[in-house]
Amino acid sequence: MASVVVRDVSLNFGVVEVLKSLNIEVNQGEFLVLLGPSGCGKSTLLNCIAGLLEVTDGQIFINGKNVTWEQPKDRGIGMVFQSYALYPQMSVEGNLSFGLKNQRLPADEIASRVKRASEILQIEPLLKRKPMALSGGQRQRVAIGRALVRDVDVFLFDEPLSNLDAKLRNELRIEIKRLHQKLENTMIYVTHDQIEAMTLADRIAVMRDGIIQQLDEPQAIYSRPVNRFVAGFIGSPGMNFMEGTLEVSGSPKVKVGDATIDAKGYDFDKKPEAGQKVVFGIRPEHVMIGEMAKSMPYTSEVEIEIVEPMGSDTLSWTKLGGQNFTFRIDSEYAPKEGEKVKIGFDPARASIFDANTDIRL
Amino acid sequence: MSNVGTLNMAGASADAVSDALSGPRGPRPRPRFSRRNIFLYGTLIVVALYYLLPLYVMIVTSLKGMPEIRLGNIFSPPVEITFQPWVKAWAEACTGLNCEGLSRGFWNSVQILIPSVVLSIAIASVNGYALANWRFKGADIFFTILIFGAFIPYQVMLYPLVIILREMGLYGTLWGLVLVHSVFGMPILTLLFRNYFTSLPEELFKAARVDGAGFWGIYLKIMLPMSLPIFVVAIIIQVTGIWNDFLFGVVYTKPDTYPMTVQLNNIVNSVQGVKEYNVNMAATLLTGLVPLFVYFVSGKLFVRGIAAGAVKG
Repeated sequence: MASVVVRDVSLNFGVVEVLKSLNIEVNQGEFLVLLGPSGCGKSTLLNCIAGLLEVTDGQIFINGKNVTWEQPKDRGIGMVFQSYALYPQMSVEGNLSFGLKNQRLPADEIASRVKRASEILQIEPLLKRKPMALSGGQRQRVAIGRALVRDVDVFLFDEPLSNLDAKLRNELRIEIKRLHQKLENTMIYVTHDQIEAMTLADRIAVMRDGIIQQLDEPQAIYSRPVNRFVAGFIGSPGMNFMEGTLEVSGSPKVKVGDATIDAKGYDFDKKPEAGQKVVFGIRPEHVMIGEMAKSMPYTSEVEIEIVEPMGSDTLSWTKLGGQNFTFRIDSEYAPKEGEKVKIGFDPARASIFDANTDIRL
Repeated sequence: MSNVGTLNMAGASADAVSDALSGPRGPRPRPRFSRRNIFLYGTLIVVALYYLLPLYVMIVTSLKGMPEIRLGNIFSPPVEITFQPWVKAWAEACTGLNCEGLSRGFWNSVQILIPSVVLSIAIASVNGYALANWRFKGADIFFTILIFGAFIPYQVMLYPLVIILREMGLYGTLWGLVLVHSVFGMPILTLLFRNYFTSLPEELFKAARVDGAGFWGIYLKIMLPMSLPIFVVAIIIQVTGIWNDFLFGVVYTKPDTYPMTVQLNNIVNSVQGVKEYNVNMAATLLTGLVPLFVYFVSGKLFVRGIAAGAVKG
């Protein structure tokens, strides 16, 4: 059953179209991540779902009820903000119970809900403190608690981990995942961090310029990006893009400079046309070197220009078919600068895009 | 060869170490009577004297008797300190027919001040909050008009207001003047509050809305407790502004409801009899006590509030 449905939602700020006729269906209990660069409209969409922004057109349903005209408090949502947005003059307990008091719930009900939420988030020792006296991680936990006590079906997260340092971010990420497993609520999570998106999501919606580019499971987004933008946005370091032309004598081949890559095994979405300008994309981590490269369908000998050791992996820069090419391998097997090595990859794992439309072929 | 090299190296590094030990370390010493300091503090002292001298003259004169004042040494301290001028200024000085001194004007001013300050700040803070957080249709136009109001010269509005107050039956009453002060305080105070509320994180407001608080709930429970500094600024601006007001006081009230400033003017400028400089000085100081007191009590908060509003305004 669909928990949140966004139907044809548009939003204009004056003449600027921020959201353009968006459609999303989020299933009950699903963890959906809205991912995109800043200014792509992902936070705006979340605010529309929350009811904090009025849509210019379209409808929003939560649990089958049309909430397009409802106030945020009546939509059955809880929201967590990037800056925590804790009420500074209230204690943690006051922050947690503020919404419940506004609902005029009986005092014992409020107390039991606050107790339950603080147990789940392990913030019981902090209940009497003011937000000023909390660390960043604790503050965000309280902010999550404030959504938790509302006993709602849908949780909305607006970049909740962006203000935290890297270590805390990893810890809280796991905690949010645990929370989702435990509560089985629908969660919609906005982020620009692809790691968060890949690790947390059941499905990811990659957005750009107010349009959803691709809505799919993380693995599908990683291995079969629908266009060049999605391919470049997901994955770190980014995918190698090489411009070339298509040849269709026998099996389709991509000619990149003086290199010809046989695209045998590549699953074309459309029938390839001879002479078509294309962009050939292969992820740096799908490239092998040395002995391992020999078994690959495509191999080539290249000279290493720059090596960037990153601890576990090493990123090597070279040229393939006259164009920049990077690959990532275990530091154990890292080549040296100036060394000539054999590299290889499987074109079946590559992505080929139309050079004009940037759409996957 | 290599031995010599290492020896030389060792010598060089020993020198470097002794240099490091004897060289500059810690804060650089600054001479107390440098040219820069003399210039800086000299200027400050001169300017401070320039501002404090009139106050000094007023205080010493108000403590002298008339015979001593006639000697003409206005800078000399009083030989015989007397508080008689203060008593006279407060309770006995005559304006026109009544001889109750400034005390009646003082209580008039208090009765004007308190409702004006409370009313204007209450309305302006809600205005500013609505303009900052509830972006209603036409908010920008409304705000522009309000700010424009701050630039219209008061003189233009004096007579129309007289007519309005007369029609409302408030002309010549304290409440009429309260209304005038509240209206004229509105543009600057609204601007002040709007900028302050805009500087508060918007996500707080959003969180409160998700938590189900309404317009007044958010204002009273979330915004007000966070706005002490800006309220202090507003109170200081209004207290000093309204207390020091002369123009509205003289136009919109009658002799028995005159505020303190108008009465002071009448005492100082009365033409009958001898000019009692000591009484005039005492009366002036008495009138200025309230703003002075407010500054001293809340100066720190004032600066902090101005800064809080200005940095993110």
